[in-house]
Amino acid sequence: MTAPSYATTRPSRTIDGLLLAGLIAVAAAVTRAIWFTPVEARQGLAQKIFYVHVPSAFIALYVAFALLAISSALYLWLRDPRLDRMAESAAEVGLVYMSVVLLTGPIWGKTVWGTWWTWDARLTLTLFLWFIVLGLLLLRQSIDERSMRARYSAVLGLLAAILVPFIHISVYLFRTLHPRPIVLKPSAPSLPGTMLTTLLLSLAAFLLLFIGLMRTRYRYATDRDELLAVEGSE
Amino acid sequence: MSADLVTGRETWSSETPVPGERGLAPPSFIRATLLIARKDLIVELRTRTALLAALALSLLSIVIFNFAWDPTAVAAIDLAPGLLWVIFTFSGLLGLHRAFGVEQADRAMDALLGAPIPRTSIYAGKALGNLGLVLLVQLVSIPAALVVYNLEVARVILPLGAIALLAGIGLVAVGTLFGAMTTSTRASELLLPVLALPFFVPVVTAAAQATARLMGGRPVDETIGWLKLLAAYDLVFVAACAFLYTVIADE
Repeated sequence: MTAPSYATTRPSRTIDGLLLAGLIAVAAAVTRAIWFTPVEARQGLAQKIFYVHVPSAFIALYVAFALLAISSALYLWLRDPRLDRMAESAAEVGLVYMSVVLLTGPIWGKTVWGTWWTWDARLTLTLFLWFIVLGLLLLRQSIDERSMRARYSAVLGLLAAILVPFIHISVYLFRTLHPRPIVLKPSAPSLPGTMLTTLLLSLAAFLLLFIGLMRTRYRYATDRDELLAVEGSE
Repeated sequence: MSADLVTGRETWSSETPVPGERGLAPPSFIRATLLIARKDLIVELRTRTALLAALALSLLSIVIFNFAWDPTAVAAIDLAPGLLWVIFTFSGLLGLHRAFGVEQADRAMDALLGAPIPRTSIYAGKALGNLGLVLLVQLVSIPAALVVYNLEVARVILPLGAIALLAGIGLVAVGTLFGAMTTSTRASELLLPVLALPFFVPVVTAAAQATARLMGGRPVDETIGWLKLLAAYDLVFVAACAFLYTVIADE
């Protein structure tokens, strides 16, 4: 038996350089956050979670989810399989970042607010996006036919983007009609210089890791589709 | 060749005239929609599978919830609105799956897709049929809940009906599309609630909050915001889902 031809069309990639750089950058950013950034006066060590939580949240919502929504909408228009692979990768990597947000949030919240969870607009929105993206990946998994999977997942991705303002408004109405104790949330612009630098470095590191993960995931999807095409043509 | 839309036994080519009252032109969007909705409701009323299951589920849930909370600690008036809407959401899901599931048998869906009618009228007809089903369930379970929980709501019964209609349209608009999507997947019965429930959140929140304010005798302007949200949701999602159905049905 000869080796299948698809194995030779591209050099095998064992380690992705960008992914490695992203991992090192995140490790460095976390190191800086823990040992080389002053401890926040009122929140103590718990505030260190800020440097993981905020960049992850920013990337999950404004980069990953936006990428998912845009590539879904564009797929419905252009029907380019690359856009489907982009949506697939953004959904999966975005789910990881959202999970990080939802796991680190309560730990920080418990120490600072005194509660694990509050039905605040941002928390609720993140939670429901997490559910929707999880549903999208489950949907993808349960369809074998490739173009149908791409279409269905693009429809769901687009609908999710339409849903976002509605969840936001309903949570906002819910809160304004039922006033709650005002939750103090540390605001970024009033951060002292070193903390702001650490935050921005951390954001850059998590963004680099995101790009590395995206590229690895996207390449996996490309290879898988090529493999399926070769197997299908045999 | 001709066929009866109600039985959907034969496929049509685009040249085949549709048997209508005049007999020649393909049915208009509205007529096709009504025909499909009528067909679905007739099938449902004859078999009664989804309708009875949804009714039984909602009545059972009303009873079970009664034992799940301490009526001396929480007044029924505080709990009933939320409870009703949770029950409608779950019992509605039973019917949603059926609308397209029933077309799987004998590949009836192919006949429907091949019919000389706009694709959106298939979606609209299915959604209308689903809406009929959801409203039938509400027609029985709302009075049942009012009786069982001793709620005095005679004066709010009309606005309550309006909320039920607005929320029903929203639930059905999204649910029908997801029903169409999940019937052709593996694990479709499991997937539908997972996909649909996050989308039901704004509807259920708004409907439950508006119901609670109505039942609690709060001034009407407190419910206006919620009603506007429901109406906006209906408009946006009916339009979006009707359009996206044509993408789903595009084979």
